[in-house]
Amino acid sequence: MASQIVRRLTRSRANGIFSSANPSFFARGFLSVPSDSNLITATLFPGDGIGPEIAESVKQVFKVADVPIEWEEQFVGTEVDPRTQSFLTLENLESVRRNRVGLKGPMATPVGKGHRSLNLTLRKELGLYANVRPCYSLPGYKTKYDDVDLITIRENTEGEYSGLEHQVVRGVVESIKIITRQASLRVAEYAFHYAKTHGRQRVSAIHKANIMQKTDGLFLKCCQEVAEKYPEITYEEVVIDNCCMMLVKNPALFDVLVMPNLYGDIISDLCAGLIGGLGLTPSCNIGEDGIALAEAVHGSAPDIAGKNLANPTALLLSAVTMLRHLDLHEKADRIQDAVLKTIAEGKYRTGDLGGNSTTTDFTKAICDHI
Amino acid sequence: MSRRTQPILKHLLSARSRSVTYMPRPGDGEPRAVTMITGDGVGPLVTGAVEQVMDAMHAPVYFEKYDIHGDMKSVPQRVIDSIKKNKVCLKGGLKTPVGGGVSSLNVLLRKELDLYASLVHCFNLQGLPTRHDNVDIVVIRENTEGEYAGLEHEVVPGVVESLKVITKFCSERIAKYAFEYAYLNNRKKVTAVHKANIMKLADGLFLESCREVASKYPSIQYNEMIVDNCSMQLVSKPEQFDVMVTPNLYGNLVSNTAAGIAGGTGVMPGGNVGAEHAIFEQGASAGNVGNEKEVDQKKANPVALLLSSAMMLRHLQFPSFADRLETSVKRVISEGKYRTEDLGGDSTTQQVVDAVVANLD
Repeated sequence: MASQIVRRLTRSRANGIFSSANPSFFARGFLSVPSDSNLITATLFPGDGIGPEIAESVKQVFKVADVPIEWEEQFVGTEVDPRTQSFLTLENLESVRRNRVGLKGPMATPVGKGHRSLNLTLRKELGLYANVRPCYSLPGYKTKYDDVDLITIRENTEGEYSGLEHQVVRGVVESIKIITRQASLRVAEYAFHYAKTHGRQRVSAIHKANIMQKTDGLFLKCCQEVAEKYPEITYEEVVIDNCCMMLVKNPALFDVLVMPNLYGDIISDLCAGLIGGLGLTPSCNIGEDGIALAEAVHGSAPDIAGKNLANPTALLLSAVTMLRHLDLHEKADRIQDAVLKTIAEGKYRTGDLGGNSTTTDFTKAICDHI
Repeated sequence: MSRRTQPILKHLLSARSRSVTYMPRPGDGEPRAVTMITGDGVGPLVTGAVEQVMDAMHAPVYFEKYDIHGDMKSVPQRVIDSIKKNKVCLKGGLKTPVGGGVSSLNVLLRKELDLYASLVHCFNLQGLPTRHDNVDIVVIRENTEGEYAGLEHEVVPGVVESLKVITKFCSERIAKYAFEYAYLNNRKKVTAVHKANIMKLADGLFLESCREVASKYPSIQYNEMIVDNCSMQLVSKPEQFDVMVTPNLYGNLVSNTAAGIAGGTGVMPGGNVGAEHAIFEQGASAGNVGNEKEVDQKKANPVALLLSSAMMLRHLQFPSFADRLETSVKRVISEGKYRTEDLGGDSTTQQVVDAVVANLD
């Protein structure tokens, strides 16, 4: 396997990660190394509601762009699988584990008890520890903020969402927030690695360590340790209330943000709001051993399902994030440019962006632009 | 003739109509003592600004000043006694060292005096351009428990736990305060901000208390919103919010976001109130200590503390002084000549204060 990597090293374009001799990241396996035939198999969960339509868009665009990816479609079951305690079958999970790369459409979590939520199952079983959301203003789609270009990296496994709550006595509830060195180091490592490989200048750690001194203090200490290993990247720490205020006044001040679970949830949604909402925001979850599961974070929109009205932008941009993780930067750039150009031109836009094109028209316009 | 018509013209042109008179009880005009904590960083600058303006108005308040700093271990007893005697305090920010092992004095003060409600009023100021219009949000935040209970410990090296405590008692009283505030200030809607889909027991208890209180105010609209959706809505459609009631941590984030979209934390007034005492300070917590440049060049923004002191004057039942102060500050902002750096100008604190004094009726 090491010789394969060396061969790829000499063959592919000089990119940040390859020009640096950093053996540790190979060992960590941030990167999914493609198989010998150069065709990568990726799992695809079309999802519910508008999921299948937008997944179809993605497949079409990828075919036109000649991306070396072969899709392995997986469908969530309609009954609870006893092996996984949820609607996600063992085959679904095995597929992602095998392929190491996946794309997930919106999944509606069925209401009811007796099963775990789908997202929670995926997260726990695949060890998805970091949620990465690149947020950049889409040229041509005007919001009140035009100069947003930042990435939020959120720790996804612990923190305030550990789910450990109990009632002490009647009327008094405790909820436990856990921060561990291991998880904080892991997400900090990924954040700096991401910054380096994507040519980003600055990483900001967001915290409330002036009040939560031990927990957020530990998180900060881990970030500081990792920062020392990347002297070329500027590292700063920003208190969360300052961060919120600065984000709404001047989002251009931020580059890469790394934060624990709860703050990450709020800040990443805030940033999505700055650029136009969840319908346009890409997202990718990174797991152990270099697993990457890109997903669309919007809902399944059952009211427009099957009517060819859905906007595939979020899923397309998430697929682009997946390509970047696979180091297929050239293809990723081409597809991203095509999407942005189509939206910027304004001729073909779906309903939620203020136009009246169908999904297929929009997809065709993107394909034409590649 | 011109000298006499000038003030009459000014009065007519400013179109200020007098409200129906406030009839005081005999003796209400006696000067009231107010504790003043000058604070760290830009604190002395901005509290000094308030003193100057109060002086110029001959307002019936006098300040008992105390000099405490954020790196002290606890608030000195004499300060607590003074606040307990006067019932009202005006304060600059106290700097909390990050990870320094010292608890925040701001938080300690609030716990000691049981100031359980923190209020920030975020609104667009005329003449101050922002990306969002029609913002008029009041964020009422539970101030004593939740994530800021301060109960942390290291389980084993490398694993730290922090407890978030939510009690029915505290949730109920903050909900009651929020609805009472809405009722007394003619506000139409109260929104509860939570994350009960994940923290089912803790935030679930908070929501339960809010719902109970809401049922007692049928004329006030009540709705609930998850905190991440709320942040998104705040930056895209802030006009849908009126009064928001939140637990401690979310309140911190929401109030700073709302202050940011309405014009910045340098202008939003706010305060902390409990059953017996009240402390008025800059509304949103971000930047309340300022930075070195602001301190050195004396360019801190006094507007937030001036508007908070107007809130204080109303709380002390001196409404006409409060109105005069507010009108003058708003006029200075709308004229735009004297603005500090965070509002896009380059005036010093003193220049802004002088302008406010000059504009007092």
